Amino acid sequence: MIAIFGIFLLTLLVITAVAIVRTENLFVAVMLMGIASLLIAANFFLLDAADVALTEAAVGAGISTVLFLSALALTSERERAKSSNRILSFAVVAAAALILIYATFDKPRFGDPEAPVQTHVAPWYLEKTPEYIDIPNVVTAVLGSFRGYDTLGEVFVVFTAGIGVLFLLGSGVPLGSMPREKINEGLRHHLIPRVVGRVLIPFILLFGLYVQFHGEYGPGGGFQAGAIIAAAIILFALLEGEQRALSVLPERVLLGLVVFGPLLYGAVGVAGIVLGGNFLDYSVLSADPVKGQQLGILIIEAGVGVTVTGVLLGIFHAFAARGR
Amino acid sequence: MEILGLYNYWVFAILLMIGFYAVIAKRNLVKKLIGLSLFQAAVFLLYITMGKVDGGTAPIFSGTGDVIFSNPLPQVLILTAIVVGISTTALGLGIVVRLKEEYGSIEEHEIQEIDER
Repeated sequence: MIAIFGIFLLTLLVITAVAIVRTENLFVAVMLMGIASLLIAANFFLLDAADVALTEAAVGAGISTVLFLSALALTSERERAKSSNRILSFAVVAAAALILIYATFDKPRFGDPEAPVQTHVAPWYLEKTPEYIDIPNVVTAVLGSFRGYDTLGEVFVVFTAGIGVLFLLGSGVPLGSMPREKINEGLRHHLIPRVVGRVLIPFILLFGLYVQFHGEYGPGGGFQAGAIIAAAIILFALLEGEQRALSVLPERVLLGLVVFGPLLYGAVGVAGIVLGGNFLDYSVLSADPVKGQQLGILIIEAGVGVTVTGVLLGIFHAFAARGR
Repeated sequence: MEILGLYNYWVFAILLMIGFYAVIAKRNLVKKLIGLSLFQAAVFLLYITMGKVDGGTAPIFSGTGDVIFSNPLPQVLILTAIVVGISTTALGLGIVVRLKEEYGSIEEHEIQEIDER
């Protein structure tokens, strides 16, 4: 039954993808991308990837849509030109697709427990997590501790991308010097979205914090929580106008968050060296190595959450400020 | 069921190539970025599909006896890749916005024409 549901979702996904490429209205394409993200997220859930489904739903269907829409507001909504070399492109793509599909016949069957990917290092992680780290969520354990170096690298990529957007678009003219009528008022004059928003936003924030600090025990962690909290504040900015959002979280604070997150993560790594261990070795953070691991993961997840929130909000405000 | 066992991989191949088509054939820069996002999504699907184990459940210990867990490693890789993906897409959109301001267009061939003048 679940398999049939998965096939149904994936078929819808392919249809949506074709519609995205065929439509000439970019606004429609972005909206369909949101639907595609939601379909993928649902499918990830069927494939036992609860953490990934949460991330994809928050990032793909939420924040990515808002960013594309704010970029469209600054450029144009319609594609002007016809595609170039349609027949040649289609031939290349179709041939490559056929080769890829031919290659799939050599892949292990879907869900095969004997597949090479399942027998390599994965059992080690599943077996050793209770012993070394003793938290229920293995994904968080691998992300935060076993592969902490990777995650530190990813945090720096997010950081760099955020700085890059701020360099390209700048943070805009200071709000104080703007003429009154040009300041974006959001949906402040529309009653129903405001009321609904006021009811929803506190709960979205609360859920974000829960996902952040419950990440060791259930699906969640810094990446998801950062995206959810950023989504809540972006919703606030859309409803109440950007100025009010910026008075809640001023630009200086946002830039501070962007820098503070990676620094916090790095500081935990350096603290490991200072206390006599290796870089990002959390075992030395506490007298009991297991407690040290848990403490280290909690702090670096906070660093990840702060970085992701700061970068996503900074990017959103950079786009919004450009429109004034 | 043997044939259906590969369905996820076929969707991966088709989705990947739909995204790739948008990147090479479309001239609108935003559309190219949308295509790139689809391409990324297809790769995510491939990884998560490979991590699934028959009869498995999400890799979170719940304290009850013998449970088969799906593979946590691909999930970790894709979890971070999604957030990195949105950051790099935002960077691409930033470049597109700047191009629009300088050239007044987000169509690839129009920008090239202005450059050649």
